Amino acid sequence: MSAADKSMPEIILARSDAQTDEGQRQSRRTFRSRRARRETLLGWLFVLPALSFYGLFVLLPLALTVKYSLYRWDGFNVPAWVGLANYENVLTDPDLLNTIFNSFRLMIFFSLIPVTLGLVVASVIRRSATGSLGNVARTVLFLPQVIPLVAAGIVWSVVLSLSGIGNQFLTAIGLEGITRAWLGDFDTALAAVGLIGTWVLLGLCTLLLLTGMTKIDPALYESARIDGAGAFREFLAITLPSLRQEIGVCVTITVIAALRSFDIVYVTTGGGPGLATMVPGLDIYVLAFQARAVGVASALAVVLIVLILLVILPIQWLSRENGE
Amino acid sequence: MFPVFSQSRRVLGGLAALALVAGACSSSSTPTPATPTTAPATATAAPAITVAPTAAGITCGTAPVVLTAYFETGFDIPFKLSDEFTKQFPNVTWKISQDQFTNLMNATPRLLSSDNPPDLVRLPSMVSLVKDGLLKNLDGYVTSFGWDKWPAANLVQNRVGTDGVRGAGSLYAAGLNYSMTGVFYNKKLAAQIGMTTPPATVADFEALLAKAKTAGLQPIMAWNASASGGGLAFPLQNLMAAYGPTGPINDWIFQKKGATIDTDTNLTAAQHLETWVKSGYFPKDVNAIEYTAANSRFGKGEGVFMFNGDWQDAAYDKDMAGNVGFFIFPSATSGGSVAAMSAPLTYGIAAKAKNADCAAFFLNWVATNPTARQIDVAVGGSTPGGPSDLTVPPGPTGSVINDTLAQGASVAKANGAMDFIANATGSIFAQGWTPELQKMVGGKETAAGLLKTVQAEYLKELAQ
Repeated sequence: MSAADKSMPEIILARSDAQTDEGQRQSRRTFRSRRARRETLLGWLFVLPALSFYGLFVLLPLALTVKYSLYRWDGFNVPAWVGLANYENVLTDPDLLNTIFNSFRLMIFFSLIPVTLGLVVASVIRRSATGSLGNVARTVLFLPQVIPLVAAGIVWSVVLSLSGIGNQFLTAIGLEGITRAWLGDFDTALAAVGLIGTWVLLGLCTLLLLTGMTKIDPALYESARIDGAGAFREFLAITLPSLRQEIGVCVTITVIAALRSFDIVYVTTGGGPGLATMVPGLDIYVLAFQARAVGVASALAVVLIVLILLVILPIQWLSRENGE
Repeated sequence: MFPVFSQSRRVLGGLAALALVAGACSSSSTPTPATPTTAPATATAAPAITVAPTAAGITCGTAPVVLTAYFETGFDIPFKLSDEFTKQFPNVTWKISQDQFTNLMNATPRLLSSDNPPDLVRLPSMVSLVKDGLLKNLDGYVTSFGWDKWPAANLVQNRVGTDGVRGAGSLYAAGLNYSMTGVFYNKKLAAQIGMTTPPATVADFEALLAKAKTAGLQPIMAWNASASGGGLAFPLQNLMAAYGPTGPINDWIFQKKGATIDTDTNLTAAQHLETWVKSGYFPKDVNAIEYTAANSRFGKGEGVFMFNGDWQDAAYDKDMAGNVGFFIFPSATSGGSVAAMSAPLTYGIAAKAKNADCAAFFLNWVATNPTARQIDVAVGGSTPGGPSDLTVPPGPTGSVINDTLAQGASVAKANGAMDFIANATGSIFAQGWTPELQKMVGGKETAAGLLKTVQAEYLKELAQ
């Protein structure tokens, strides 16, 4: 609306410009600035509802989290100022540090595998599964995004249990020796949780990358084929470079999912066995609502935010730089 | 300062809630005509209405009274009791709100500090409420109703001292009933391994476990997944009480100054548990088994023994009718004193309650009135407490409720009631016991290391 709106009076005024004296010019200027101010005000008015919600439910809690992280507080008694002691606690407690390491380990399953596998699957779908087969493949892969994570977690914990279908399959193909309660074993629990993450995020990445691929000029592929390039060469020389921005988005989303993971872990392992699958998101919840150590929980939350930013910003920067 | 939290029944209550969910599930899937065990009992519970003792003239009077109450969602007992109370005292009507346990935790302080607090309230925790002066001191009622003549172990968990330590001092709450924990057993499987009477000592019990293992049976069914919390804490605490006195364990739970869980007798207990783990007495996937799954597997005949509480009675009755028995975990020596985890279903009165006397009269009535006691047993499966000379009404014929009640009496006689070690602090279960017990199962923690780590976590949480 604004482009047409703004230019109209300008044209009219410009036409009469030649005949106007200084005084008129003056009044025009105030007219313009008054109008601009009114538009700015109107703009703010439109944004105001969303902005107030954003402020109330995002910015304010964020500020309060930072504030609480400097106190020792149980949630309803008078908080006591402790300065940076909570941060010291977070950064020196081996158990708390371990939760942060766990979320980095989860990145392999939440980010690396889905993005890599997503590229492969998307290329395959683009090349060979056009038409209804492609639609089916897309739908099946995207389905995990539609199913609530809690329900998916419950189903997966049944699948991965000792008598679950996963172990039944392994037994059927003669691998009974390695069957175990995958989510209850110290060596496999984190990977098992990660596998669920892979299952959830693979579809999202595939779909995003597939959409990116449709925007690549088919002529590029054609000329590559004329030059005698095979499918792999095509993928390396054309698909991959054209998808830098999409890959950037995928990596960003999945890395954040890994770092702030909560629901899958909460439903399937609750952080166990031991603290093998404990992640910061879950620990914050336990600290704040069970231990009632709101201060330490807030400090861990702030550390998590900073960590996410530290990891995400270079990814953003890289994908933008290269995409240019 | 960080307040002291001792959530009595937090774990036990949570498990009981799970049990109710499990019960609901099984009842919907099996279209058996069997009515819940509560029905016949309440139907037979129609003795002549006896007027409860009205000590020192504390009653609900005759003028209309509206008692406001705040109950826990998912538990029928307070609702059934309040209905019966109105039947007996028609001038009293109720205004009842209810909420989930976790919401109660958050809402109770605010509710109690409001201008219009509930007269009667389910207490998820006590100490901080007492410290903030939000709960009525019930000492006056103790003398006027003669509660001081009741078994002391029943009241001690609801006492809070001026130093903010639970376990001694003034009384701030009363239990509607008192749950009891111990060992359930599958009668058929127990007969198969030659168990004719419940084991008299821990050694006897361990011999039975070995026999079950040799016979190719699952000796103990248990849960130890984080989602339900480390269920191995049940046998561990039973072992602690078998090898040592309950006093220091309660001191630790009540956060008495200098209390420690890392004692010699507790080490012996933890070492026995470690042996059980290494001997394969627990399911090999126990770290992935949740509470409901463990119960359903036990109900289907997997496991000779299961450590659990009487809140599970009705569900076991349904799953394995006539085939389930119960005994209190034995002492280390024959004839030694027995103990068990037992927690009151805690209710308190707001400091600013408008009808405090009537609410206290209700609490006294619950423990002393025959019909109320019958409801307590039939609906909750737990002993109603009250004076020790009152007989506990029986549960339905053939129900394991009768076993838990009979055995529970022996614990009451021995004054052996303990609170649960998982309730010592708000997150000692999630951050201490559960991960450590899981590590023990995974062979990554020793008995000594377990106690040391939990004690360190305990001190850390008290300092937080």
